[in-house]
Amino acid sequence: MSLLTKINSNTAHSRYYQALMDIIKGFKLWRLALSLGWFDIKLRYKGSALGPLWITSTSAAMTATMGVIYSSLFKMDIHEYLPFVALSTVLWGQGIALTLSDACQCFLQANDTIHSIKLPFFLQALRTVFRNIIILSLNLIIPIIVFILFKVHVGWNALFVLPGFILWFINGLAVCLLLGCICARYRDIPQIINSFIQIIFYVTPIIWLPQQLKHHIAYLVYNPLYPLIEVVRGPLLNNGFNGTIWIYALVYSMLIWLASGYIFIRARGRLAFWI
Amino acid sequence: MNISAPASFIKMEHLSIEFPVFQLESRSLKKTLFSNVKKMMNNPQRHHQRTGAEIVTTANNDVVVQALRDINLTIQSGERVGLIGHNGAGKSTLLRAITGIYEPNSGHIQSHGHIEALLSTNAGMNPLLSGRENIYLRGKRLGLSQKKIQELAKDVEAFAELNEFIELPIKIYSSGMLMRLGFGLSTSIVPNILLMDEWFMAGDSNFQEKARNRLVSIVDKADILVLTTHSLSILQQWCNRLIWLKAGQIIADGPTDIILDQYKRAMTTDSGAQN
Repeated sequence: MSLLTKINSNTAHSRYYQALMDIIKGFKLWRLALSLGWFDIKLRYKGSALGPLWITSTSAAMTATMGVIYSSLFKMDIHEYLPFVALSTVLWGQGIALTLSDACQCFLQANDTIHSIKLPFFLQALRTVFRNIIILSLNLIIPIIVFILFKVHVGWNALFVLPGFILWFINGLAVCLLLGCICARYRDIPQIINSFIQIIFYVTPIIWLPQQLKHHIAYLVYNPLYPLIEVVRGPLLNNGFNGTIWIYALVYSMLIWLASGYIFIRARGRLAFWI
Repeated sequence: MNISAPASFIKMEHLSIEFPVFQLESRSLKKTLFSNVKKMMNNPQRHHQRTGAEIVTTANNDVVVQALRDINLTIQSGERVGLIGHNGAGKSTLLRAITGIYEPNSGHIQSHGHIEALLSTNAGMNPLLSGRENIYLRGKRLGLSQKKIQELAKDVEAFAELNEFIELPIKIYSSGMLMRLGFGLSTSIVPNILLMDEWFMAGDSNFQEKARNRLVSIVDKADILVLTTHSLSILQQWCNRLIWLKAGQIIADGPTDIILDQYKRAMTTDSGAQN
């Protein structure tokens, strides 16, 4: 690592270069990011006896209740519905929704550190994503238990979940940079994001199945979160690899990457003044 | 002489830094105002004359605080620089600009060498984590191996005299303990460029004695030292060059004795004018 640092103001080339260096240096500190993420979890659940399992038991209770009520509301076989809803709610709640709301706080919560030590901003994005990966993994125990109880057979096709998770990982980092920067500047954005999460929850097939839309199902891909959740959920529900879903997921992801790159390149040098 | 390692330096050209001021509700402003008011209250030698940063309204109606204006400065290896001036003159901002925390609005800054900064007592530590955990995180940040981190922990524990407190969250530490930990941590490795804000000499005489011994060995090995303090005796003892800042500009720069004389004279005329 070169010890020469050169910071020019305002030139477009310098901004682009600095943003790139920030990401590279951030990746090199991945061990620190992992420790920070782990300590975050330890601190968050320090006071509670159940620790991180507290969330798990809450969502387990929610899954069980929803499974019983909605399977009768939707007139569906609980053997088909409960595994679906168990997996969906965890992927949504501890995956997508958690990342969206945590991304807003990504830089704001690190304001002490940012003002006292020069560290890559990307480190904070990495820390947030690592933290959420740990939380998601802990909570995946619920669908696993449900799958075992209901003897759901998961075949080799489930391995297609791996590229899905990789896409989630990259998108998670991009969303952290994007929302982290915007929320540092405009403080009312986190509330807007949280309302958005609540609304989009109902228009995304999470507690209801895509097939229930019948002939309207074709419109579902215009909700970006549907293909994005489906790349992970589909393989685990024995739907195998779905090319159309992946194309939409990749297009939406690229839009996220472009937006996040554009914002991060512009905002990075100003972040320390905003938070 | 090791030719492959070029000497450390800091170089600034036409460097200006402005702080954006957002709507009053924004947390950043509240924080800034609060800390400034607190600083003023704590400083008995307050002058009524305007010496701090200037508040400017720009062409597009944004309110900004001009913290540094057109700074041209080169600091070479071997220099021990003291920054003097009133509160709000831009001393701490200049230190943060050297670390790269605040990036310039115009002009540029270049530096060579590993920089360590002691900018605040908690120095980017997490108040909820224990002393040991914070030491561990610092080790990770420096990219140290597990073995090196243990050595670091031993060294810092011995210096900070924390005993069993090392396992407790640092938020319950007394200010003295916190200072010893922060100081011990930041001085555990020898940087090329060492930056220190004035807090470091605020401890009791026992701490000062210990700190001085430790600092002497570090400063001797560091190429460049830049410190800010209001204590004239510390400046005399540690620095061979003084830079006097007023309202974000350099108004005097030269050998310690000469500048200190000027500064003392200005201070007496100041207080004379008020009587």
